[in-house]
Order: sequence, then C-alpha cells, then structure tokens
Amino acid sequence: MESNQPLQNKTKAVRRQKIFRNIIMILLCLISLIPFYLMFVNATRTSTQVQSGISLLFGSNLKNNIANFDKSQQGLGVTVLQSMFNSFKVAVPFTVLSVYFSSMTAYGIHNYSFKGRKAAWAFIMGVMMVPTQVFAIGFYQFMMKLNLLDTYWPLIIPGITTPAVVFFMKQYMEGALSPELVEAARIDGCGEIRIFNTIVVPLMKPAIATQAIFQFVASWNNLFMPTLIISSSEKKTLTMFVQMLTSESFRTDYGVVFLGLSITILPMLVMYFLLSRFIVEGVSLGGVKG
Amino acid sequence: MKAGKKETKPKTVSYGKYGYLFIAPFFIVYLVFSLWPLINTFYYSMFEYTTRNLRTTITFTGLQNYLNVLGIADGEQGYFLKYLGNTLRLWLLNFVPQILLSLLAAAWLTNNRAKLKARGFYKVVLYMPNIITAASISLLFCALLSKYGPIMSTLRSLGWISQNADIMMSKWGTGISISMIQVWMWYGNTMLLLIAGIIGISPDIYEAAELDGATGRQQFFSITLPLLKPVMLYVLVTSAIGGLQLFDIPALFNVGQGTGYVGGPNDTSTTVTMYIMRLHNTDTGRAAAVSVLLFICTLIISLIFFRVMQTSDAYGGGGKKKKGGKRHGK
Repeated sequence: MESNQPLQNKTKAVRRQKIFRNIIMILLCLISLIPFYLMFVNATRTSTQVQSGISLLFGSNLKNNIANFDKSQQGLGVTVLQSMFNSFKVAVPFTVLSVYFSSMTAYGIHNYSFKGRKAAWAFIMGVMMVPTQVFAIGFYQFMMKLNLLDTYWPLIIPGITTPAVVFFMKQYMEGALSPELVEAARIDGCGEIRIFNTIVVPLMKPAIATQAIFQFVASWNNLFMPTLIISSSEKKTLTMFVQMLTSESFRTDYGVVFLGLSITILPMLVMYFLLSRFIVEGVSLGGVKG
Repeated sequence: MKAGKKETKPKTVSYGKYGYLFIAPFFIVYLVFSLWPLINTFYYSMFEYTTRNLRTTITFTGLQNYLNVLGIADGEQGYFLKYLGNTLRLWLLNFVPQILLSLLAAAWLTNNRAKLKARGFYKVVLYMPNIITAASISLLFCALLSKYGPIMSTLRSLGWISQNADIMMSKWGTGISISMIQVWMWYGNTMLLLIAGIIGISPDIYEAAELDGATGRQQFFSITLPLLKPVMLYVLVTSAIGGLQLFDIPALFNVGQGTGYVGGPNDTSTTVTMYIMRLHNTDTGRAAAVSVLLFICTLIISLIFFRVMQTSDAYGGGGKKKKGGKRHGK
C-alpha cells in the first residue's frame, strides 16, 4: 500500500501535465485556424460590418459581395477562375516534369556506375541550395532572347531540374528498388528505358505521389517567377491575381477583399484536408535528410 | 530490335553508359536554364544600362554597380546593405520564436510519458498554414490588421486601445507583423522536421536515462537537444537561405499604391529580392549586381553549414569514418 503512493502521485502529475499540454496545443490549433475562419466570416459581411469589428457569426451579405467582386474583377483583364486555370496550366506540367525527370536522374545515379557519377551527385547536392532569385536577371534576359517572355514555358521547363526531389527519390530508391529486379527484367530482354518506365516508375509511386503534391503546391504558390515572366493580363496566375486585389477597385470594400481572398485560398485548403495525411508524412520523410 | 541484339551477349554489355543517358536531361536543362543565366548575371553586373528616348545603351563599367549598391561610390545610398539589414531583421524576428515554439511542440508531441491522444490532429492543423498561398495569407493579415480593419476596431471597442492604431505606419509594427506571419506559417513545418529527428533518436538512450532516474526535463536538455543538433542545423540553414529570399509576404503586406515593391513605412520592410524585382526593368546592371551579392551571401551560409556538418562529431562524413567502427560495435 505504502509503495503505491508515489506511483499514484506520479500518474496524477502526468494527467495534469497532459491536460495542460492539450490546452496549449488546442490554443495553437485555434491560432492556426482562426484567421481563415475570420476570412470566411468577413466574406459574408458588408464593408461597414467588417470595419466595426470581429464577428464569429456569418453575415448575410455574401450574394452582394459576390456581385461586387464580379464587377470589380471585370476591369482586371482576368477573372479569379481564369487565373486559377492559368496556375493549373503551369502547375500540372511542372509537377509531371519534376517527378518524372527527378526519378530518372535519381535512377541514373542509383543504378549505374559510370565515370563522374560521384561528381554528378555532388553537383546536384550543391545546387540544391542555389535559389532561383540569384539568377533571375540572367534568366529573364535569356528568355527575352529566346522570345519566351509572357509564355508559360519559362515557368514549366525548370520542373526538369528540381534537385531536392532528385534527392528524395534517390533516398526512396535505396530502400524500394532491388538490383535483382532490374537484372531479371534485363534477362527478359527489356531495354533500359523500358525498365525505367514500366518497372521503376510504378515502384516509386508512393514517393512520386508525395513529391507531386509538394511540387504542385510550390508551383501554384509561386509569386516571384510569374511576376517576372508574365505580363499579359489574361495570362496572369492566381498569385498575380491576389496581388491585384490590393488595387483601388478592391481596397475600398473590405467584404469584397475577404471574399476574393477566400476564393483564392479555398482550393488549397480543400486539397490540404483531403491529402493532409500524405502531406504531413511527406514533410517528416523529407526531414530525415537533415 | 536493339534490345534483341543485346540479349545475345548479356555479359559483355556495359550498362554504365545508360547512366549518362538518364542524368542527361537534368544536366542539360540545368546548364542551359540555370547555370548559363547565373553566369550571365555575373556578366551583366559589370555593365551600366542607361535608357534614353527608348534606346538602351550598354557600357562596361567594371565593378561600378557593386560600388553603387554597396554605397561606396559617391552620392550612392548603398541600398543593398539597407535591404539586407531589413531582410536579416525580419528573419531574426521570425527564426527565434519559430524554433522555440516548434521545439516545445515537438517535445510534447513525442513525449511517451504524457502521450497526447490527438497528436495526429495537432500535426495536421499546425502544419496547415504552410501550404496555403503566401501571397493570399499576406493580404489576409494586411486586411485583418489594417487601421480600420476588424481587429483594431475590436481592440478599441474592448477599451484596450484608445484609437485605431496603424501598424502600417510603424517600422516595428510592420516588421513584427511580417515576422509573426512567417512564424505562423513555418513553425508547423519546423516542428515536423524536429519530430522526425526526435523519433530517429534511439529509444535505448531514453530507457537508460529512465533507469538512472532522469526526469523528463533532464532527458530533453541532455539527450534530445544535443542529439537534435544536425536537424537543428539543417533547419537553421534552410531557414536562413529561405529568409534571404523573403519576397511574397513583404511584397504584399505593406506596399503603397503604384510604388512598386517599396515596403513601408519609409522603405523599412523592403527586402533584397524586392529590390531585385524593382530594379530588373529599369537597371539590369544593378539588379544583376544585387543578385550576385545575394548569391555570395547564400554561398557563405552553405559553406559554413557544410563545414560545421563535416567537423561535427555527431554527424557527417569525416567524423563518421573515423568512429564508424566503434559506433556500430554497440
């Protein structure tokens, strides 16, 4: 009986600790969620209501805000839905190129021994740290010479060179791809490129799916490169549309601004909650490389 | 057809050359679309671009652009140093709270003694802001925090402030807001990386510590923290390099109408990347010089990182080779 006493105290302390920590974590969760909630609420209120303070209850002005938003966006040369479609047209091919060619590069280095293999890998690791911004000026001038400014090509082609994805794919290959499998396919008379396309790529599906999500998100959220490359209104991407929400025609009406923001954020939010499990897992996997 | 030919003498075929084939697309595209532009950026940085009557004349000026942006030349403001200072201030204000908050959350979510049931849910929700378009988030907070926006009005009606404050007019108000948005967006990501690092630490060590009667706090400070060093270093470096490129949030948060990437108030929230964007149409030479300086900063950070990684006992090539035998001997 006596010896049980400290143990009970201990479990009590642990329970108290758990309650405290849960409260803090729930608070942090609320901090993550509330800005979005306020945004959706304010999208349904009039400008004066928004300015009068925070409300947790939805208003009844959504229809009006939609009408006003639609009116304001007519002057911009691109609608929010068009800009979303434009972002989609960039992000999908970018993602496909990124996961396909990164797997290919990783496979080339993982599966074959050739002269300069180590140097090639060192190069890929080295350029992982080089940000786009430092060569943007040269890139812009080069695209001008190639007559590719104001097209989507300069935003899509760099998908072939995403070193971080190559790194991830190679890590994954080391665990998932056995040399015997490749050997067996060779004996069956498969060509090397066919082996890659029909055996390696399907084996890499989980890694490809995870990286595809991240590459899609990265391209979709990119503001810097589209701003540099795209100039025609009708080609502007979603992030460039967001930038236009700061213009005079929107600034005067808070309800409309919040509605516009809600529309730009909603697709990502929905995607996140559908795929959150993969995404959280993907971030954790990426972290192992640290 | 070709495959059939190979099949007849499989043992003499060397597959090595296919390696080149598989890595060729990456290298060709990288050389053409990244390395070549990078070399050109160096090249452009040594020319002066002056536009008169819609005609641009280009003259070689050597290092003049560098002297100009660094403020060494006469009558020049040294904007690069100013904006680098802004960028570093915004980064520091963000990084310190971010790493502390994510360490705390990571420690709690991996603690086995007080195991929280909703761990998965917490991770999903805390990471969420990271995936949402930064441009939209910046504007969202700009609208929520603006002088006549909902938050200021509520604070006033609660009597916490006497009149609507305008953070957009205050250097620190704007700076702290931008940094807090960054913390809010990124600590979930850092937390997940730290959790992965903590899970990677051998449970044996904790068991031994438990037997020796170490408290949770002692375990955290003398086991978790030291063994997390490589992950923390990784987080530090990626955050610093990312911080140097800071663009989306300050480019939308407090910029005036039609001023083109001047971060208010008084140019105090303009970052280096915003400066490049501002210059690129009007003064290619200067923009290129700023890019090169940014590149050098990135390079220095990366080199320090690799150096520390190599000499670090807990991690990295050099240390591992020497001690490898011992370590795997258990």
